[in-house]
Amino acid sequence: MKVITRLWRSSLGKKYLMALSGIALWVFVIGHLLGNLQVFLGPEKINGYAHFLKSQAGLLWGSRLGLLAMVVLHVASAISLSRQNRAARPIDYGAGAPPLAASYASRTMLMSGLIVAFFIVYHLLHYTLIVPAVNLQGVDFATYQRKLADNSETPDVYRMMIVGFRHPAVAASYVIAVGLLCLHLSHGLSSMFQSLGITRFSREGRDCFARGVGLLLFLGYCSIPISILLGFGKEVVK
Amino acid sequence: MKVRLKVWRQKNAESPGGFETYDTPDLNSNMSFLEMLDVVNEDLAGRGQEPIAFDHDCREGICGTCSLVINGKPHGPHRKVATCQTYMRSFKDGETIVVEPFRAKPFPLIRDLVVDRKSFDRIIQSGGFISVRTGSAPDANSTPVPKIHSDLAMDAAQCIGCGACVAACKNASAMLFVSAKVSHLGLLPQGQPERDRRVMAMVTTMDEEGFGSCTVTGSCEAVCPKAISLDFIARMNRDYGVALIKGEPRRNQASEGGA
Ligand code: HEM
Ligand code: SF4
Ligand code: FES
Repeated sequence: MKVITRLWRSSLGKKYLMALSGIALWVFVIGHLLGNLQVFLGPEKINGYAHFLKSQAGLLWGSRLGLLAMVVLHVASAISLSRQNRAARPIDYGAGAPPLAASYASRTMLMSGLIVAFFIVYHLLHYTLIVPAVNLQGVDFATYQRKLADNSETPDVYRMMIVGFRHPAVAASYVIAVGLLCLHLSHGLSSMFQSLGITRFSREGRDCFARGVGLLLFLGYCSIPISILLGFGKEVVK
Repeated sequence: MKVRLKVWRQKNAESPGGFETYDTPDLNSNMSFLEMLDVVNEDLAGRGQEPIAFDHDCREGICGTCSLVINGKPHGPHRKVATCQTYMRSFKDGETIVVEPFRAKPFPLIRDLVVDRKSFDRIIQSGGFISVRTGSAPDANSTPVPKIHSDLAMDAAQCIGCGACVAACKNASAMLFVSAKVSHLGLLPQGQPERDRRVMAMVTTMDEEGFGSCTVTGSCEAVCPKAISLDFIARMNRDYGVALIKGEPRRNQASEGGA
């Protein structure tokens, strides 16, 4: 118990919490991408995958609650540390130069993170809670069902993705949000080694890793809405 | 050569401050930045004006007393050089140079360009003592130290405690300084007995003094006159984590009905 209060009270402790929750969220971001990329393997594959997830209620709700806890931990420590950081430096320099040697990503971590958080809320309304008002297509995704062999119905995720991303504004917001997330990771994944005191890899190596992973995730995530905008899967909207 | 100075003037912490512009008398380009300020101050005093207050002592880059943010960069334009070893030849004739005090809540302003860096002393004090055998000097090499450890410890020991790392950091984080001090003793055999206690105490004091925390921007390392590496911060993070998990040393519980 004492360890937990000590962790939260100390700046280094909060950095560990941020790094550990950041890793958990990053692992989810990779898994989520691998799941989504199955859209390119056709409706059978991705619908089968979605059905599998839905059928594992324990696993599904376990990971949902776990992720929620990680987001809360990450955001709470981020805001708490950022407030302390701002209080520690109340007056800016008059010479007007940006902080020396600090990359753009490193200076905007709180902003990129907060925008991603708002996007996550929108994204959940869009595809998880399927609120018709936010898909801008004037349709109700809840009506997108397909029949299984035993005649029961299950959501047609493939069709939902195609119709969802055929709206340019929706696709654009997704690309921007993913861009910011990857900017966040391009610094965060390197910073995480530092926070946890892992110096086994050189600093150049860590930076390269963070930027490389950020770029790969960006390309992976963007490939979906962009392909759909360019006409992938248009047969479902005849 | 001559330059135009835009200098922060402030009577004390309570009164408001602002920039004043001064045209310097003719300067020798081989003067140090501090010698230039001496010349300007003589000129000001000659005209019955209050001289500019600034910190300095050794003027050879080893005491950590000089400070100043010159054109937005603590310790001026060069890397690995303190203000006292910055020379006027590094500036252009006729250039306008902005000179400001270090800015950080834990470094309250005293006057003009002088800030109070006692918070650093309090961090050092909280680090405490090391347990060593006193008495006659030990034989040379009686305590073996691996070469890599002695090299790293000496790199960390380079820190002169100037506070430029705090001044440069957008979070006013003192982690480069604290990590240098923690690593310096933590890497040597003489520092082992109190290693866990020391890192816990110094980080706690650092937090209590109101310094921010590291977001790995690298500004500190870029301005450090002694090129202290950011890797020391990672080392401190690890030491702190280990100390936190180990907890304070405790006596065994007395057995039931025992003494
Ligand atoms: C899927 C979402 C997210 C992922 C994968 C993620 C990942 C990471 C990682 C790996 C780090 C590095 C931890 C460290 O510095 O030790 C980090 C840092 C950080 N994150 Fe996030 N994050 C996410 C969302 C957010 C959100 C919603 C916020 C909003 C407040 C946020 C704010 C921050 C801040 C302020 C830092 C510290 C930056 C620094 O120390 O340089 N992140 N994040
Ligand atoms: S780490 Fe460098 S910049 Fe910071 S106090 Fe020590 S010598 Fe000065
Ligand atoms: S005056 Fe001593 S380091 Fe500059």
